[in-house]
Amino acid sequence: MTEAKAADTVLDVKNLQTVFFTNSGLFRAVDDVSFSVRRGETLAIVGESGCGKSVTALSVMRLVPDPPGRVVGGSVTLEGKDLLSLDEAEMRNICGNRISMIFQEPMTSLNPVMRIGDQITEVLRLHQEMTAKEAWAKAVEMLRLVRIPEPQRRAHEYPHQLSGGMRQRAMIAMALACRPALLIADEPTTALDVTIQAQILALIVDLQKTLGTGLILITHDLGVVAQTAQRVIVMYAGKKVEEATVEDLFENPKHPYTRGLMASMPAVISFGAKTDARLNEIPGMVPSLTNLPPGCAFAPRCSLAMDRCRAEYPPLQETGADHFAACWRVAEMGAAP
Amino acid sequence: MTDQRPLLEVTDLVKHYAVRGGILRRRVGTVHAVDGVSFSVGKGETLGLVGESGCGKSTVARSVLRLVEPSSGAIKLNGTDITGLSKADMRPHRRSMQIVFQDPFASLNPRMTAGDIVGEPLGVHGIATGRAQQDRVAELFAQVGLRPDQMKNYPHQFSGGQRQRICIARALSLGPSLIVCDEPVSALDVSIQAQVINLLIDLQRKNDFSYLFIAHDLAVVAHISHRVAVMYLGRIVEIADKSELFANPRHPYTQALLASVPVADPKAKRLAPMIDGDVPSPINPPSGCAFHTRCRYAMDRCKVERPALVAAGEGHQVACWLNDGTGRAPEDL
Ligand SMILES: Nc1ncnc2c1ncn2[C@@H]1O[C@H](COP(=O)(O)OP(=O)(O)OP(=O)(O)O)[C@@H](O)[C@H]1O
Ligand SMILES: Nc1ncnc2c1ncn2[C@@H]1O[C@H](COP(=O)(O)OP(=O)(O)OP(=O)(O)O)[C@@H](O)[C@H]1O
Ligand code: SF4
Ligand code: SF4
Ligand SMILES: [Mg+2]
Ligand SMILES: [Mg+2]
Repeated sequence: MTEAKAADTVLDVKNLQTVFFTNSGLFRAVDDVSFSVRRGETLAIVGESGCGKSVTALSVMRLVPDPPGRVVGGSVTLEGKDLLSLDEAEMRNICGNRISMIFQEPMTSLNPVMRIGDQITEVLRLHQEMTAKEAWAKAVEMLRLVRIPEPQRRAHEYPHQLSGGMRQRAMIAMALACRPALLIADEPTTALDVTIQAQILALIVDLQKTLGTGLILITHDLGVVAQTAQRVIVMYAGKKVEEATVEDLFENPKHPYTRGLMASMPAVISFGAKTDARLNEIPGMVPSLTNLPPGCAFAPRCSLAMDRCRAEYPPLQETGADHFAACWRVAEMGAAP
Repeated sequence: MTDQRPLLEVTDLVKHYAVRGGILRRRVGTVHAVDGVSFSVGKGETLGLVGESGCGKSTVARSVLRLVEPSSGAIKLNGTDITGLSKADMRPHRRSMQIVFQDPFASLNPRMTAGDIVGEPLGVHGIATGRAQQDRVAELFAQVGLRPDQMKNYPHQFSGGQRQRICIARALSLGPSLIVCDEPVSALDVSIQAQVINLLIDLQRKNDFSYLFIAHDLAVVAHISHRVAVMYLGRIVEIADKSELFANPRHPYTQALLASVPVADPKAKRLAPMIDGDVPSPINPPSGCAFHTRCRYAMDRCKVERPALVAAGEGHQVACWLNDGTGRAPEDL
């Protein structure tokens, strides 16, 4: 990392390892994952269900339920502070203040018996010196910022009185109230309709620009990634298998899994395409983490797999400027297929 | 399509639900879940049904199958009005209509083997039992890309995509002519979605049956459908051939819907929300055109008079005052 880049880095995650101890044995939900996020930058994390996206986010926030889970290795550095070594009180002070998270289902993180305005006020007063009155005014201001109509009135309402889209906005208002350095949004729009999704994503990107917040956006929607992120990491079975700038990833995906994913998406609006044209599919299924094959976890589904792939895990290699992929045959991956 | 008569004809379908409140559970309002929907599906055709959550898509699907009783309207299958049929008279028609749901976890009995799940309808309808049933189930397994030796496994031993294959095999078991798919791939991983969509397309080619295909993912609908209907608050606001609808959307809501889909190309235009505001409640739908509260072209007339679904070109119908035969939808979107 150059010095300029380092100074700009908000979050630096190195060799993160999170395991779960379950009845069917121990498994690594996050296995040796490293990444960093710069000020004002959006990093997207993509991958199939169960590949470890949420656990990565929870590990950074120190919210992995223990038991059954535990962060067993690596470091998480936020604005120069090693989060993994902080005590609970110090961590509480940072959560919601310097680092915040938005979850997929806002109902699970909003308190159903507390007015929206009070919830934001509470967060503000926990981290900043403010009178109740000042905090309430700030809360209304935040609701206005996330474009909730009639914020004065809405601040007095309870979560169930808001629509899904408005609840998600209220969550964003709460997450950004203290102007955190880093915001983690875990599938923030998956539960919403496309027209509302477009509103929420535009809002997040807009606020992020205004406030200079670093953003980690977790999603499985490559369209959302293309429209919002600057850099992307692709995860498969707990590991980072590819990282690149968004342009590079879409133009020149290197890992066979990333390539398969891109090819299996139906073209958004396939006017010209024959109606019953088959899609490209990735054969087989996502492996279970408790029963991973040795070597490359994608080998059972990969058309390029060789003996070596089934025996040894491929290391992450730099394949171009700011582009990394973990595949034994990466050198043969020229331009996109 | 050679057969002129459509396989499924739905006319003025209405489904209202009572909203009850208070200690006496009195009726305090009505959910206009489906409010006068008409469409048809030809033999071998796929009609896609899209629209935001709560607009009534599943209610249409369930009414067609008579899993819920419509409040009014007619549903004709192969020319026979099945709306008023008794349970017994409905029986032969049940065989020709099947449904595949979104959640392959919830729709499979965890205590039955996959083979029994697929074979059950054959027994219930007295079509095949014992050995013959086993053979037929093995055939169905092969058709949907499962191995016959997997018949003795239980649902939890299958992945999501495989479970959806089991649901599809079960739907196929009675030789239906119409399969209603209610969000069949929404719960599946991206790489698995393509497997299931390909399977549905292959099966249609082979068997020539019709799909009523519901999804909120426009890309999926665009891919599999021949025609597409767009719903908003219980009504169809636009219906057209797929290519026509996507190339030439006329209803401002359809235009907004299409423009809201994030394009998987970092160089394409950034997401710009096309419409503000939230979807109104179906308990108190807005007067006139239900979309007027969010429509950037709303005129005075839109607030009081409801536009009817009228022809706006070859096989293209739209319900919007901008398309009442005098003009075209704004092109500047
Ligand atoms: N509390 C838990 N106990 C046991 N296993 C867990 C727990 N939370 C997550 N896991 C497992 O860890 C793995 C990674 O899960 P994670 O939630 O990070 O996936 P994800 O990539 O976010 O998937 P999705 O797209 O479905 O949200 C999965 O195999 C999951 O089953
Ligand atoms: N049994 C019921 N009782 C009362 N209201 C109902 C019932 N079933 C559905 N509704 C309401 O009818 C409307 C239409 O629901 P429906 O499930 O058909 O929508 P949908 O378009 O399938 O939505 P989604 O995309 O979320 O599945 C909704 O407002 C819903 O809350
Ligand atoms: S390492 Fe081998 S199996 Fe893994 S993705 Fe590369 S070619 Fe395929
Ligand atoms: S009828 Fe009026 S409000 Fe409705 S979509 Fe057309 S222009 Fe908009
Ligand atoms: Mg997750
Ligand atoms: Mg539904």
